[in-house]
Amino acid sequence: MTRPLLIENARIIDPASGTDAKGAVLVENGLISDIALGAPVGVPEDAEVVNANGLILAPGLIDMRVFTGEPGKEYRETLASAGEAAAAGGVTSFVMMPDTSPVVDDGALVDFLIRRAKATSKVNVLPSGAITKGLAGQEITEFGLLQEAGAVCLTDGRHSIQSSALLRTVMSYAANYGMTVIHHVSDQSLTGDGVMNEGLFATILGLKGIPREAETIPLARDLQLAALTGAKYHAAQISCAASVDLMAAAKKRNASITSGISINNLALNENDIGRYRTFFKLGTPLRSEDDRQAVIEGLRSGAIDTIHSDHDPQDTEVKRQPFAEASDGAIGLETLLAAALRLHHSGDVDLMTILRAMTSRPAEILGLSSGRIAKGAPADLILFDLDYPWQVSERDLRSRSRNTSFEGARLAGKVMRTIVGGETVHVHIE
Amino acid sequence: MAQARASKTTSSAASSGDFPPFSQRHLLSIADLKQHEIVDLLDRAEAMVPVSRQERKSHPTLSGKTQINLFFEPSTRTQGSFEIAGKRLGALVMNMSVKTSSVSKGETLVDTAATLNAMRPDVIVVRHSAAGAVELLSQKVGCAVINAGDGAHEHPTQALLDALTIRNHKGRISGLTVAICGDIANSRVVRSNLLLLGALNVRTRVIAPRNLLPAGIEHLATEVFTDMREGLRDADVVMMLRLQHERANGRMIPSVREYYRFYGLDAEKLSFAKPDAIVMHPGPMNRGVEIDPAIADGPASVITDQVEMGVAVRMAVLDALLPARNEI
Repeated sequence: MTRPLLIENARIIDPASGTDAKGAVLVENGLISDIALGAPVGVPEDAEVVNANGLILAPGLIDMRVFTGEPGKEYRETLASAGEAAAAGGVTSFVMMPDTSPVVDDGALVDFLIRRAKATSKVNVLPSGAITKGLAGQEITEFGLLQEAGAVCLTDGRHSIQSSALLRTVMSYAANYGMTVIHHVSDQSLTGDGVMNEGLFATILGLKGIPREAETIPLARDLQLAALTGAKYHAAQISCAASVDLMAAAKKRNASITSGISINNLALNENDIGRYRTFFKLGTPLRSEDDRQAVIEGLRSGAIDTIHSDHDPQDTEVKRQPFAEASDGAIGLETLLAAALRLHHSGDVDLMTILRAMTSRPAEILGLSSGRIAKGAPADLILFDLDYPWQVSERDLRSRSRNTSFEGARLAGKVMRTIVGGETVHVHIE
Repeated sequence: MAQARASKTTSSAASSGDFPPFSQRHLLSIADLKQHEIVDLLDRAEAMVPVSRQERKSHPTLSGKTQINLFFEPSTRTQGSFEIAGKRLGALVMNMSVKTSSVSKGETLVDTAATLNAMRPDVIVVRHSAAGAVELLSQKVGCAVINAGDGAHEHPTQALLDALTIRNHKGRISGLTVAICGDIANSRVVRSNLLLLGALNVRTRVIAPRNLLPAGIEHLATEVFTDMREGLRDADVVMMLRLQHERANGRMIPSVREYYRFYGLDAEKLSFAKPDAIVMHPGPMNRGVEIDPAIADGPASVITDQVEMGVAVRMAVLDALLPARNEI
């Protein structure tokens, strides 16, 4: 039995309840047992007391899109190293994509991952189950058995299902179990061998472009199928103005659809690629600044529900290549919060909205009890300094891979303490 | 056929000492060059022309230097041109093609760069199928790097030799109208040419079927046409591009026959350009696809002059870059 933990003198921000007030939180047996706003809370005698000194106390972040190297490519990332990075970044739970080797398309593997994560990771690892066997987009997996084993959602990760008929079956069948289908929207025939956003900049660089329609055409289809089947549908990551419009229009008619966005698409644009910088080569390409402004507005208006890191560790070998030949992906667990806070510091999005997109909204979409500061909820919490200035250096990051899109970036906002299930798993040391 | 102008040079051998030091470390992209640097390279190239025309084709300013031609894509024309250019300047030239390199055994470009760098070359000339590959390689070596074509990105020496050819035949470049016709979307020659000609105040036109025009091209060219006759009207220079055969047969265009009908340069279409317009082609040509053989070999064609200017431009670039490297 661990000692009770009292965090006092904090600015408590809980998007689930809309709370933003000074107060204290008491943690007992891994759960939040009491919350006191303004008035002091009753403190057990043996409690460990943490004086937050006015730092923000928020629910731990829930990252809905994280790729790991384990199993299969442990040299890129293990559940342990991803857990270290997550804890340092304030992520207390992350949804692990099924794109591993072997693919997580079987209940036994989900079971293994849960046990392995409990043994090695500092944070909660939430396995997803593959929608199709081997992520091949042909045969659907055992949704019910995956759910029984502990899969929190269904997704084919970075793969996109091309067949409308198959996707209809997927959504209909997933609705039996109330499982959220998270789908990466990408029309492969339009994407072709494109490697960045289609436009003038791609033309100047001589690189093949990916038109926005490669995203909006399958998104429009998916939204219609979601309405047809009644599925809980989540567009994994959208990136452009037209997708925001599609989501906003569809949400007026269908309450069970949601969408997410990678922090990369919120914080960066295609010009960051500069002279073929492959750390900016991402599965969903960085779009124009106009698109970035539109997705920021989408986040403000609620057309976009969640922000995730799209953490995708890639080793040097596959990134130090000519742009078109380099692998997609960037790490992001450790920079997620600070990069998102750029939107707050720039005055684009209020703090509550930003935190909601990384706490209570993912929890609602996945049916989790965490993601909120409420009595009886898991004590997954973070204390962070909203204005703490720091510069990202790949040497300091905890991931096994170094492919950060924010290398050298000056950020404001740092996680000072991360608590998972009542246990402190990370403390920032100067 | 018009003869190349050689006003800069009075003696039979060019002298690099006539020019101020060149400030660039590599030649990766026309976009890196300032207008005066472009003009400087053209002047240097013009001074090199007599070297190739004299009986003893030697101007050994690069004696003792090592030049590696690293070609990941086959290119008889460009590779040969760089080889001759290096040898006429007295450099030790080594050709490496992809089939004999370790790349086919899985070695990465960066590994290859490190290996070559250890051989202490003075300049590496690189052709690669991926845009940006030459830039990546340049970051990993200590010597000068020349881009001999990277994917659909750039081919700077081609643009320089085109400009030199135009200047020789027209007496100037600024103020002319240059029409570039063909597969604009996939051409590295176009990008370098639009950047270079734009920097020299040339009115640039691109002409292609709409699906061979890349996004945003209207920001790079002065005018964009899908109709050949309209695009060629009153042009001073007509630059044709090679059509890659894999784009025909229903993939990007329905057939070679249809392409030639609407976008092949024949006498009738050429009649829309100025009477003294010159016709260029970076080669190798598909006669009867993008150009009528009678035009390719006719009086307006300066295509073989382009080849000659190619050697001069490459000599100039090698000569300009290597002394600059010595000073660093």
